[in-house]
Amino acid sequence: MTKKLAIIATLFTAALLLCAGNVSAQDWFKTGTGLGVSKARVAVPEFAVRQPIPPALEKTFHDVLWSDLEFCGVLELVSPSFYPAQIPSQPSEVKFADWSSAPANAYMLAYGNLSGDATNLAAAGSLSDVHNPQAPIALQKIYRGPATDAGARKLAHQFADDIVALLSGGSAGIAETTIAYVSTRSGNKEIWAMDYDGQNQHQLTHLKSISLTPRWAPSADRIAFTCYVPFRGITSPQICLYSTISDRLISFPRYRGSNSSPAWSPDGAQIAFMSSQNGDPEIYLADSNGGGLKRITFAAGVSTSPAWNPKTGKQIVFVSDRGGEPVLYLANSDGTDVQKLDMPDMGYVVDPSWSPNGQLLAFSWRRPSGNFDIYIMDIVTRQLVELTRDQGRNERPSWAPDGRHIVFESTRTGTRHIWSMLADGSMPRQLTFQGQNESPNWSPK
Amino acid sequence: MQAGTVRKFTLLLGITTVFAIIGGCKKQVATAPPTHAAPAPTAQPTVTLSASPAQINSGDTSTLSWNSTDATDADIEPGVGKVAVQGSTPVNPTSSTTYTITATGAGGTATATTRVTVNAAALGVAPANNQSMSELFEQNVKDAYFDFNKADIRADARDALAKTAEFLRSYPQVRVTIEGHCDERGSTEYNIGLGERRAQAAKNYLISLGIGANRMDTVSWGKERPFCTEHTEQCWQQNRRGHFVAAQ
Repeated sequence: MTKKLAIIATLFTAALLLCAGNVSAQDWFKTGTGLGVSKARVAVPEFAVRQPIPPALEKTFHDVLWSDLEFCGVLELVSPSFYPAQIPSQPSEVKFADWSSAPANAYMLAYGNLSGDATNLAAAGSLSDVHNPQAPIALQKIYRGPATDAGARKLAHQFADDIVALLSGGSAGIAETTIAYVSTRSGNKEIWAMDYDGQNQHQLTHLKSISLTPRWAPSADRIAFTCYVPFRGITSPQICLYSTISDRLISFPRYRGSNSSPAWSPDGAQIAFMSSQNGDPEIYLADSNGGGLKRITFAAGVSTSPAWNPKTGKQIVFVSDRGGEPVLYLANSDGTDVQKLDMPDMGYVVDPSWSPNGQLLAFSWRRPSGNFDIYIMDIVTRQLVELTRDQGRNERPSWAPDGRHIVFESTRTGTRHIWSMLADGSMPRQLTFQGQNESPNWSPK
Repeated sequence: MQAGTVRKFTLLLGITTVFAIIGGCKKQVATAPPTHAAPAPTAQPTVTLSASPAQINSGDTSTLSWNSTDATDADIEPGVGKVAVQGSTPVNPTSSTTYTITATGAGGTATATTRVTVNAAALGVAPANNQSMSELFEQNVKDAYFDFNKADIRADARDALAKTAEFLRSYPQVRVTIEGHCDERGSTEYNIGLGERRAQAAKNYLISLGIGANRMDTVSWGKERPFCTEHTEQCWQQNRRGHFVAAQ
């Protein structure tokens, strides 16, 4: 009992330290990566139109650019109502003082012009430090693409990512990343993919059975997932691989029993997955072509949901009920040195996802008193932060490659949908609106 | 937190189920006069039971015949009940059944058993019989239910599985796939593992009852194929099961 109290007290203190100065008047802890760092104020006026392009594309470009920067997590956008009357379309037109002084009080200015014809679109984007008129221009680049809605989106995403990379200390933006997920909207659970902002939702698999738990390969050219397919006359859960290059399934061995929850090693050479081929559901490793099968967990009960430390590749976190309820265990990636990740309370602890820098674990925790919520844990200090609360069931977090965003599933609208948020729980954004959607996985690039 | 502080939670779940099997002893009415004086009042009853024919096809009738000595009451189970101390009765069991007669007299009780074997639908017979085979499967093979987050065989599951084992013994050509199912709560991935454990628990219990392991396959459907879709405990209980499907 004393030990338990000591652990709770430690976590309490740690959480209070994390919270200090950031959050007030809340009865739970809400913080995370990136907080405590003041965000750069950026003004993003609409681009001038040099040659007439379809108004719909102009609107798409501006909406997407604004949305990308608004949700990037490192910037604070200056409201357009504070912008001066004269909007520059190129560097020579910038009146620095108009933007750096009140009411705009901008630190940076992102601006430019659009041009094109019936088939092509070009965006000349610039980023200027309006507090330093003498400084060289931070970014000046022409982005080109087809004169389509998708083309306009792509140009905006590229400009946004370049701005984020510059203003976040070199950490790339995620505007061109993709989220794989499971949707029922075709009538069966199939694997779908969408842009990170919920656009361009499209069905990848057409197995017409049940497909679950998509996981992107580190090179983003394949998705491993759980598929219900016939094997020796029995429809059973197996590991399937989908090539995003050829848009078709590629072969992977079938095994007896139930097989599920594939996870990639950070070098893409191996897949860890649950298999009951020899009885108990345990975690096995195989080469990504299915060779070199090796069992790595050996405890009565279920061991599943492996997640590799993406930074080192030397550790695996997984879920096991070997001690009763399913909770998280940490082990070397060969299965040795298994260690339970103690929690300050009972309950289900499932769905581990490792942050790209290998320092934080996101997971869902069903505490004895309540719903499933998303938490993150510092893997070294074991400090915990709760990211969701009192908003339906929130499960299956997956980190974005920038380490600043998390995608997850939530029932907060009454229907299971995919949402994204910043890794401090702020800026939740609903990404799916049709059918039931679950098990999102953020592409690594 | 140091490695040394890692605590192991050991959840000891002790479930002790005590079955009190109370025999139905009937006291002889004290005033009942003995019918004749020859046998000693404490003579041990004897009883015999036979079935003719001992082997029938599903839907057919067999006749149970019995005789007893020194008995005042007789009872045949299952499904027949209290009978005269000697006689016969038709029965038409849908699956192979062992009948037990218990004869009770002043000197105690005696039992005898006989078995009526019900043939499986013969190989290669008309579709009508195949239909009745699947009906038989439906009637005799019952799902095993589980507690939340558990794969332990409960008392009610033992009863269901005993009946299933009886059926599988009677129809040695039947192969089954045992599907493990879970309720909607909890992680998709963990539930696939838990469903597999439930299916294996049911399989292992049947192995303990003498059913060959090679006649049973297991597969987990996790929480993907619920039998009931409401969000209530009653419904969740319906979904936590080992479900039997006749292999094709």
